[in-house]
Amino acid sequence: MDLGILVTIFDSALRLSIPLLAACLAGLWSERSGVVDIGLEGKMLVAAFAGAAGAYALGSAWAGLLVGIAASVTIGLVHGFASISQRGNQIVSGVAINMLAAGLTAIVGNAWYGQGGRTPPLEGDQRFGSVLFGHSALVYVVLLAVPVTWFVLGRTRFGLRLRAVGENPAAVDTAGISVTGLRYTAVIIAGVLCGLAGAYLSVGQAAGFLPNMTAGRGFIALAALIFAKWRAWPALGACFLFGLLDASANQLQGLSLPGIGEVPVQAIQAMPYLMTVILLAGVIGKAIPPRASGVPYVKER
Amino acid sequence: MSAPLDLPRWADTVLVPAISVVAAFLVAGLVVLAIGENPLTATRWLLQGSLGTGEGLGFTLFYMTDFIFVGLAVAVAYHAGLFNIGGEGQATLAGLGIALVLNNLTFLPGFLLIPLGILGAAAFGALWAAIPGYLQAKRGSHIVITTIMFNWLASVLLVYLLVNVLREPQSMNPETRAFPEQSYIPFMHDVFAAFGVEIPTSQLNLTLVLALASAYFVWLLIYRSRLGYAIRVVGSNPSAAVYAGISPARIIIIAMVLSGALAGGLAVNELMGYQHRLLLEFTSGYGFVGIAVALMGRAHPVGIILASLLFGILYQGGAELAFEQPAITRDMVVVIGGIIILFAGALDGLFRRLVAHLFARQKLARA
Repeated sequence: MDLGILVTIFDSALRLSIPLLAACLAGLWSERSGVVDIGLEGKMLVAAFAGAAGAYALGSAWAGLLVGIAASVTIGLVHGFASISQRGNQIVSGVAINMLAAGLTAIVGNAWYGQGGRTPPLEGDQRFGSVLFGHSALVYVVLLAVPVTWFVLGRTRFGLRLRAVGENPAAVDTAGISVTGLRYTAVIIAGVLCGLAGAYLSVGQAAGFLPNMTAGRGFIALAALIFAKWRAWPALGACFLFGLLDASANQLQGLSLPGIGEVPVQAIQAMPYLMTVILLAGVIGKAIPPRASGVPYVKER
Repeated sequence: MSAPLDLPRWADTVLVPAISVVAAFLVAGLVVLAIGENPLTATRWLLQGSLGTGEGLGFTLFYMTDFIFVGLAVAVAYHAGLFNIGGEGQATLAGLGIALVLNNLTFLPGFLLIPLGILGAAAFGALWAAIPGYLQAKRGSHIVITTIMFNWLASVLLVYLLVNVLREPQSMNPETRAFPEQSYIPFMHDVFAAFGVEIPTSQLNLTLVLALASAYFVWLLIYRSRLGYAIRVVGSNPSAAVYAGISPARIIIIAMVLSGALAGGLAVNELMGYQHRLLLEFTSGYGFVGIAVALMGRAHPVGIILASLLFGILYQGGAELAFEQPAITRDMVVVIGGIIILFAGALDGLFRRLVAHLFARQKLARA
C-alpha cells in the first residue's frame, strides 16, 4: 500500500466519522445529564430531511442547516417532555422517535416532492462546499465540538452541574439547582448536535435526502459513545476508528490478506457492533454509564 | 403529584390504552391533513381494504399472526423487567434456522419437516436472545444496547450468508433456493377447500393457529405457572426475588430464551407460510411493531391479540390505502406505530393522570 491509498483512506475515514462524531457527542450530552437517548438515529434522519428540504427551499446550505437543527431540537424536546416532564420510559420514547422519524420523513418527502421520498438534488450554494483541505465547514464545526464539549463539561460550573445531574440528581436538587432545567438544556444541545450530523449527511456529504439515509449511523454513534465511556476525546477516537473501519471496508473489498484470505466486507461492518458487545461484557475493560441515566427524577423520593 | 393513582381495573387495562390509541389516531389524522389529504376518506379506504373484503381480511389476519408472535416476545421479556428490542435480529436468525433445517432435511416427510422447521426457528431465535440475556444476567451489560447491537449483527450476518454461502449458484438474488414443498405450512384457503369450503385466496396460513396457541401458552406460563410467577417477581422486584429464593440471573436468561423463541414465530409465518425461501429483510421492521403491540396490549396475551389485530388492519389497510391515495404511502403505518409507542409507552403517565383526575372529580361531585 503506498502513501496515496493511505491518504485516501484517512480522508474518507474523516468524512465518514463526522456524522458519527456529531451524533455521538449528542448522546454524550444527553446521557451525561441522565437522559438515555437511543433516538439519535431518528433525530439525525429528521435533521437530514429537514436540512435538505430547507436548503432546497431557501437556496442556502446554512439556512438548511438551521432548519435541520430546528427539526432535530423539536424531536429532542418531544423526547425531553416524555422522559423529563412525564417521567416516561426513555428507551420506549427513543424507539418511538426512531419509528416516527423513519415514517414521517418518507411520507412528507413523498408528498412534497413526489420522488419516492427523495428531495430534489441540491446544487451550488444549496450544498456545503469545501473550505479547507477539501472538507466543508461543517467538518470543522463538528471537530471543534469535541474540545468545546470537553471544556464545558469538564471545566465549567455548568458542566459540573450537568454531570452531577446525571449521577446524583437529588444532590443537585438539594443545592437549589433545577434538575429539569439542566436536563432540558442537555436535550436541546443534543438536538443541535444531531441536527449537525443529519444536515452533514444530506447537505454536506450527499446532494439531497434519501429515505432512511442514516442507515444505522445513530446506533453506531451509540456504540462509539459506550466505547468512549461517555467522554469527549475518546469519542473522537472511537468515531474515527469506526469511520476508518467503514472506509477500509470499501478499500479492502476483494482484497486478500496473507494468512486470512479474503476478508468479507460484512466482517468489517460487524466490527463496531461486535466490539461494543465485547466491551459491554467487560472482557476488555468496563463501560459504566452515568449512574442516573435512564432514571426519571422524582422530587419527593 | 406522584400520589398513587387509584384507577378501577377496567380503566387501567382498557380505558387508558384506548385513549392513547385514539389520541395516536388523531395525531396521525393531522399528519394526513398536513400533506393535503382527507383523513376521513383515508380511514374509509383503510377499513375497506382490511376488513371490507374476504381477501383483505385474510391478509389482515396474516399480518396479525406476525404481530402476535413479536408482541408476545416483547411481553414475556417485559414481565421479567427486560426490554427486548432485538425481535428483528431474533426473527432474522430464526429464518436462518428454518432454512438450514428445511434445505438440509429435504428427504423427510412434511409431518416431520414442518415441526422440525418450527423448532429450528425457535432454537435459533432463542439462541440469539440468550446471548444478550446471559450478558445481562452474568456480566451486567445493558440488554437494550446488546439487543440493538445483535439486530445489526444479525442483519450483517444474513447478508454475508445469503450473498456468499447460501445463495443458489445460478441465482442473482441473495436468497436461498425454495424450501421443499412438503415443508410449506398449508394456506388457510387450501385447508378450507379440503373441507369443501371456499374462502378467498390470501397469504393467511395455519401459522395463525400456532400464534393463538402461543398466546394461550404465554398466558398459562405468565399467570398460571410457578415459572411465570418467578418471572413476574424478578420483573417487579429483583431483590425480593432473591429473598424468595429465586435466582434473577437464571430467570432473566430463561425469559430471554422464551422471548427469542417467540420472535422466531415471525419467521415461521413469513418464510414457511408464505415466502418458502430465505431472503433478505423479510422481517420488514415488524420486530419494532412488536414493541407497540406489547405496550398497547399491556403485555397481556388477550391485549396483544387485540393490538395485533389493530396493526394487522393498519398494515393491510395501509397497503390498499397507498394504492388508492398514493400520497399516503405505507410509511403512514410506521408513523402510527411510532405515535402509539410514544403515547401508550412513554407518555402513558400523562393519560393515566388525566383519567385519574377525571375519576377523582367525579367522586367529589358525587360526595
